[in-house]
Amino acid sequence: MSIRQSLLAILDQGPCYGYQLRGEFDRRTGSTWPLNVGQIYNTLDRLERDGLVAKADTDSEGHVYYAITDAGHDEVTRWLDSPVIRTQATRDELAIKLAIAVTLPGVNIAEVIQVQRAASLRTLQDLTRTKNATSEPESAEELAWMLVVDSMIFAAEAEVRWLDHSETRLARASARGFAEPLPLSTSSPKRGRPVKAEPAAQAAQAGQPAPAGPLTTDAVR
Amino acid sequence: MSRALAPATELLRLDGIAQHYGKGETAVTALAGIDLTVSRGELVAIMGASGSGKSTLLTIAGGLSKPTSGEVIIEGQWLSDLPPTRIAMLRRRTLGFVFQDFNLIPALTALENVTLPLELDGWKSRKARAAGLEALASVELDDHANRYPDDLSGGQQQRVAIARAVVGTRRLILADEPTGALDSTTGELVLRMLRSRVDAGAGGILVTHDPRHAAWADRVVFLRDGRIIDQSAPAGVDTLFADAQRA
Repeated sequence: MSIRQSLLAILDQGPCYGYQLRGEFDRRTGSTWPLNVGQIYNTLDRLERDGLVAKADTDSEGHVYYAITDAGHDEVTRWLDSPVIRTQATRDELAIKLAIAVTLPGVNIAEVIQVQRAASLRTLQDLTRTKNATSEPESAEELAWMLVVDSMIFAAEAEVRWLDHSETRLARASARGFAEPLPLSTSSPKRGRPVKAEPAAQAAQAGQPAPAGPLTTDAVR
Repeated sequence: MSRALAPATELLRLDGIAQHYGKGETAVTALAGIDLTVSRGELVAIMGASGSGKSTLLTIAGGLSKPTSGEVIIEGQWLSDLPPTRIAMLRRRTLGFVFQDFNLIPALTALENVTLPLELDGWKSRKARAAGLEALASVELDDHANRYPDDLSGGQQQRVAIARAVVGTRRLILADEPTGALDSTTGELVLRMLRSRVDAGAGGILVTHDPRHAAWADRVVFLRDGRIIDQSAPAGVDTLFADAQRA
C-alpha cells in the first residue's frame, strides 16, 4: 500500500512527528483516506526498522521527530519514478459477483446489472455535485483534493461502462445460447493452478497489469 | 388524461409518448409509453444504448416531430392543440437546442447567432442585442461577441450554443450529446455552464451515452427498447464519503 511511501515522501520534505504526519497526509489527499495515529506509528516503526527513517530530536512538548535517511530518500525517488502496478491481488468484488451470478439458475442478471448501474451512477452524480460545488482549484491542497475526486469519478465511470458492456455481451451470449447456468461439476477439481490462469500470470511477470479474471485467480489451491 | 393545471414550476411534461414507425409485421417501436416531467432548475439526463429511443424522445419533446400517441405539454400548452405556426413560435420563445456539432451559422458572429431566434421573433435589434450579450455573459463569452464561429474553439462554440438556447425568454434546453465533439476537460466546462444555466432557473434534458456527463444531471433516466427502465437521483454526498472512508 502506498501509505508507507507517501509518509516517506512527506518526511523527505523535513522531519515530522507522528501526529503532524497525519495532518500532512490528510491535507495532501483531500482528507479522503484519513489515517489513525496507530497506523502512522506502525508505519514509522517499520520504516525505522528498514533503515529508511531515524528518530531525531524530541521537542519541549515531547514530540518525537523522525527524519529520512539517504536510503529513505532513494526509496522516495524510486517510488516517484516507477508506475503503480495494480496486481491481480486486488479482487474486484463486483466482477466476482457478476461472474458468479451469471452461472446461477434463476438469477435475473439484467436486473443485477441495472441495480448496480443505478447505484454507480448515483455515486457518480454525488461526486460530480461535490466537484461542481467547487470552482477551479486555487491552492495546491484544493488541486490535490480535485485530483482525488476526479479519480473517483473516472473509476465510477469505468464501472458504468463495464456494466453497459457486460449487458451487451450477455445479450449476445443469450442469443447464442451460451448464457445457461452452470450446474455443480461432477468431476473433482485437479490440484494446482488452472491452465487458464497462465496468460494472466505471464502478463503480471512482464510488468503488465493482469486482465481482470476473477474466476481464474486463486481458484483451486 | 386529465387536463389539470400544471404546477408553475413545470416546464415540460411528456404523457404516454409512443412512437411507432411502419405498420403491421415490419412495425418498429421507438418509444413505448414515456412519462417524464422537467421542472425549472432541473436537469434530466437520458441514457441508453444506441437505438434505445433517446434522440427520438428529444425531437418529440422539442416539437420537431409528432408522436404516434401521447401528449407533449410545454409550460401548460398542449402541443396537439396548437397549429404548426404556434409550435414554431413556442420553439423560438421557449426552447433551445444544443447539438453535438454546435450548429452555429458560420457567416454570423457569436452575438448574431445568439440573437437570431429573437430577431426571427420580431424583437427590436437593440433589445435583442442586450439580451444576446446577457446570454453570452452567462457563459462567460461576452468579450467574444463579435467573433465568428471559425475564430472560436469547440468549447467556446458550444458555450455560444448554450447562450442561444437560453437567450431572451427561452428556458427549456434540449441537448443532444453536447460534449460529444469536445475533449474531456472542455466538455466538463461546457457541462458546468449548462448546469449553472439550469441552476439559474432554466430546465433541461441532456441526452448522452457518457455516464460522466449524465452525472451532471439531477436525475438520470435509463431507456431501453423505448421504455424507461429506471431513474436515479443523487443519494447525498455524506453517505458517499462515509462509504469511501469505510472502504
